[in-house]
Amino acid sequence: MSVGATCVYPCEGVHYLQEMASSKSLMNLLTFTFGSAIGFFVCYLLFSIILEEQVKIQPHFLHNDPHGQHSSDTDSNQLQGQMNFNADFGQHKDENKNIAEGLYQKVKILCWVMTGPQNLEKKARHVKATWAQRCNKILFMSSEENKDFPTVGLEAKEGRDQLYWKTIKAFQYVHDHYFDDADWFMKADDDTYVILDNLRWLLSKYSPEQPIYFGRRFKPYVKQGYMSGGAGYVLSKEALKRFVAAFKTKKCSHSSSIEDLALGKCMEIINVEAGDSRDTSGRETFHPFVPEHHLVRGYLPKTFWYWNYNYYPAVEGPGCCSDLAVSFHYVDSMTMYQLEYLIYHLRPYGYLYRYNPDLATNPEEQSKNEALEDNQKLKQKVTES
Amino acid sequence: MMSESSSFVKGMVLGGVFCMLVTLLGHMKVGHGTKGHRHEHHHIQAPNKEDVLNLSEGERMELSKSIRVYCIILVKPKDLGHWAAVRETWSKHCDKVEFYSSENIKVFDSVSLNTNDMWVMMRKAYKITYERYKDEFSWFFLAYPTTFAIIENLKYFLLKKDPSQPFYIGHTVKSGDLEYVDGEGGIVLSIESLRRFSRIVEDSDRCPEQGGMIWKLAEDKQLAICLKYTGVFAENAEDSEGKDVFNTKSVNALIKEAMSTHPQQVVDGCCSDMAITFSGLAPNHMHVMMYGVYRLRPYGHTYNDALVFLPPPGSDND
Repeated sequence: MSVGATCVYPCEGVHYLQEMASSKSLMNLLTFTFGSAIGFFVCYLLFSIILEEQVKIQPHFLHNDPHGQHSSDTDSNQLQGQMNFNADFGQHKDENKNIAEGLYQKVKILCWVMTGPQNLEKKARHVKATWAQRCNKILFMSSEENKDFPTVGLEAKEGRDQLYWKTIKAFQYVHDHYFDDADWFMKADDDTYVILDNLRWLLSKYSPEQPIYFGRRFKPYVKQGYMSGGAGYVLSKEALKRFVAAFKTKKCSHSSSIEDLALGKCMEIINVEAGDSRDTSGRETFHPFVPEHHLVRGYLPKTFWYWNYNYYPAVEGPGCCSDLAVSFHYVDSMTMYQLEYLIYHLRPYGYLYRYNPDLATNPEEQSKNEALEDNQKLKQKVTES
Repeated sequence: MMSESSSFVKGMVLGGVFCMLVTLLGHMKVGHGTKGHRHEHHHIQAPNKEDVLNLSEGERMELSKSIRVYCIILVKPKDLGHWAAVRETWSKHCDKVEFYSSENIKVFDSVSLNTNDMWVMMRKAYKITYERYKDEFSWFFLAYPTTFAIIENLKYFLLKKDPSQPFYIGHTVKSGDLEYVDGEGGIVLSIESLRRFSRIVEDSDRCPEQGGMIWKLAEDKQLAICLKYTGVFAENAEDSEGKDVFNTKSVNALIKEAMSTHPQQVVDGCCSDMAITFSGLAPNHMHVMMYGVYRLRPYGHTYNDALVFLPPPGSDND
């Protein structure tokens, strides 16, 4: 009985074909075949649509999936695609970036990276692949224009003694073309790694109308101190305005080729304040070296120039560096990616960080004891329940 | 004309039915294939984030406290620099850590095993651990001093796994017929596996001190052989994307590899966000990892984690 039941349509079809062959009605046979092909095709389309929906819901175990869906992307269309990268489905699904994204809108930073034709592939490329995309606007400054990378061509030559010329012209270019597009203007080298989220947190407490600039503060030669070039420095809108104007009015000039020192001297002349970039617990945020050099006690010998240059007392060991560090320097290509991984990807699940940046407003208030107090309160809560 | 259109319609229907049959048959077959997740399966995964968030507040608190990991670090005098770094850094995040050394060293506290042979050290360390701590801990993590481990991620990984089942987890390697956990990446045993090992280790035929015919087998392989006799098999730990969470290389080495194999997606292709171990680290690198993992982070990124792990008392580098 079951054989007969399942054989209805196929058998009819077979009988039909036999009929067709016997009546030699080729036309009917062709229409039949054509009809079955259409029927199959339509049904296949329908099923593939239904099944695709099901597949989307299941988690996919692909190893390197660069285009995984990022669930928070749909909430932030206004970001013009600059924050949406490195989106891997599984691990970042429970990440809440609302505060960071709010700051992205509120504190607009234009970054320009000092580079040159011979460093585009060696260094600048890795900057572009990692932190540069987090700037509201990123520009690579070189002596030559390169439409593909792209880089801006400044009217300057390459070489260590040209650094200040390049800096002056770079800020000039930024002022002439992008002045209204940002609130703060950050200069970095192609071996500097900048953590934009932390820079925004630092700058959010100041107004871009203030004449101020931030970086790793050094004390020699300039009364109010000057900012280390390699660790990167950031000018407020007002500071940029005054800097560019100073060269027009000859208040400042290309006084030396030591870029950071010369810029620092100019800043003092035009009354732009050298800001304190330390975090609320007094730890430095801009760093002239890689983390290892600062974290490991004894790494930098006591005779090293660094210990005499730092404006604030320099610390080695864990106290060297803020949890919310802004920059590191002398970062090679491998270390760029390593930092990117450690900062934006790897994390200890469920860990309650010791340092809470939102607690205190000045360095004296926030102390280790305070943080420990909060931890103990939570510990109590955990043991009670 | 009528016969043609009717033959067309009949053809369509036939095609449709045939397609339906084929599709449903194929779909059923696929569905059946994904169902088999029995314990002998060699890949083991971290819990789904959604599953974990479905736990109640009380359950989360209970879990945060209940998963206790005992760490065993096998050290020798030549490892003094690494030993010091491990002591000062990640091992403070273990619920308890013990350094098992080949011989007594005045500088640091350790349990002296009086042997230079790694396999003998491993056997003794596990035996002592079982005898002393079988009632206090459910998970046992063994590492070498060149390894850096993130215990919080280990606990998250073990979250929904029953320690009364025989688990033997890490970065697995296949050597001929034998699948074993590479010691470099760290070895995780549940209490049940440790119990079984402590029994088989007395069997000098199946689990001798001198394994291997002509030359000595590496201790991590010997462990796998012994455990196999007790019905415990190695499982490779992966995250929800299939990336290894126990790594036998350092972040530097893995980044370097990624830069040559897929230069366009270096960080994505490199390592898991929930990585548990890295190995081949110099002491300085351990300090950098501590800072990079437990402190350095971007402001404004928050997570809704189901568990809470407090920083350990008595340390300033996390």
